[in-house]
Parts: sequence; structure tokens; C-alpha cells
Amino acid sequence: MSSRIDDALRFNQTALNLRAARQELLAANIANADTPNFKAKDIDFSSALKGALSGTSPRLAMEATAAKHLSGGEGKTLMGAPVMYRKPTQPSADGNTVDMDVERAQFADNALRYEASVKFVSDDIKKLLTVIQG
Amino acid sequence: MSLFNIFNISGSAMTAQSQRLNAVASNLANVDSATGPDGKPYRAKQVVFQATPVGGAQGNTGAQAAMGVKVAAVVEDASPLKMQYDPKNPLANAQGYVAMPNVNPVDEMVNMISASRSYQNNVEVLNTSKTLLAKTLSIGS
Repeated sequence: MSSRIDDALRFNQTALNLRAARQELLAANIANADTPNFKAKDIDFSSALKGALSGTSPRLAMEATAAKHLSGGEGKTLMGAPVMYRKPTQPSADGNTVDMDVERAQFADNALRYEASVKFVSDDIKKLLTVIQG
Repeated sequence: MSLFNIFNISGSAMTAQSQRLNAVASNLANVDSATGPDGKPYRAKQVVFQATPVGGAQGNTGAQAAMGVKVAAVVEDASPLKMQYDPKNPLANAQGYVAMPNVNPVDEMVNMISASRSYQNNVEVLNTSKTLLAKTLSIGS
């Protein structure tokens, strides 16, 4: 029975974990807004969530057709999702690609969606309680 | 728990920004210091920021994808000193010029505003994370 409860909560739990991880990434971007040569990073949330739910991480495998080929670098990943660099709209002279407006907007957006996920988990738990207690 | 690590990240950024503000204060205070403890004119100091991994559980949350900031070095501005004509000054050279600090007050004021805004940004990030953690604690109640 407990696995049923697990299943009921799994989606929002995974989403919450990913949101928290992305929040950390965005916080790091804002923290490094004045660091020379720092490149802003982010993840593709929907594909990351899909990957986390199916248990597979969307990594590109490099084909090795000869024994001496190097295996493809996996790069940095966040809960299995590849961490990608943001495309700079207004690159600055010191090589920093953090656009504060974008980062702040994404940070606020992610925070709100995190709160939404918290609410969804709460509601799921309340639903389960209603079923148990009648 | 990645949300707790935001405290480390934003905290490190706030420390770095306050060090930058410290350098600005030092530069502005010494804008007219024609001589220092080494007998030479004061030179403007600038901080160099560097992305650095901060403490916190790594686990499955990625191989240090999120970085904090640290002040890698405090460098002295190598630009030429301002030569001011003041023959009565005991520090004046044979031609009557005194070497004055190469501090540019306009640069410093801009630096100050930038540091202050970046600091505020990080305070905001910290507060948001705190709110989110408090909300997380109330799950199921």
C-alpha cells in the first residue's frame, strides 16, 4: 500500500526536487553577476523532469567506431539533466553572460512554481487523508 | 538539499560584494593620499571576482553546477599616477610636480552603486529561498 502512496506523490516530489536544484543554479547565476568570464547556466526543465520521472537521463552518447576514440564527455548534469549555457543577448566585455533581468525573472518564476508544487503535494496528502479517514 | 546551498552561494556573493565596497571606500578615502606607509603614493585597489565551488552536499544534484563567488585577488591599478603641479609641496619632484593617487572618483562611485545593487540582489535571493524553505516545512499541515 505504501508504494501506492509513493506513486501518488512521486510526480510532485520529483518536480519539487528539480525546482530546488534549478533555484540553486539561478542563485549561482545571480551571485556571479560580476564575475569575469562567468557563463550563465540553466537546465531545460520539462525534459529534465521527463528524464527524472522515467529514470533515464537525456544524454547524448558519442559513437565510437574505433578503439582509440575517446568516449564522449558527459558534461555537468543536474539530477541527470544536462546543464546548458544560456545564450547571451547582450554579451559584456568581460566575458560574463549573466543578464540580471533574465535571471531575476526566471528566479521569481521558479520560486512561484516551487510554491505551486508545494501546494500540490499538500493537496495530494490532504486527499489521501480524506480517503483514509473518510 | 539544494535550497540550503543557496544560503552558501548568496552568502559568498554578499561577502565578495562587501569586499568590493570596502575597496571602493578605501580608494575614495585615499583620493588625495600622496604618500603611504611605503612612502609611495596610494594606488587604486580593485577586487577580482572568481567563481568558486561552495560547501554543501553534492550527491545527485550535479557536479558543482552551481558556483559561489570569492575574491581571488586584490590588484593595484597600474595606470599612471596623476601628476599635479605644486612646487611648494615637500614631495614635489625637481620639476615641481607631485605624484597623486590614480583614483578616479567617478569610476569608484559607479563601482559603489554596482556593488550595492548586486548585494541587494543577493539579499533578495536569500529571502526568497528562506520563504520557500518555510513553505516546504508546512507541507501536509
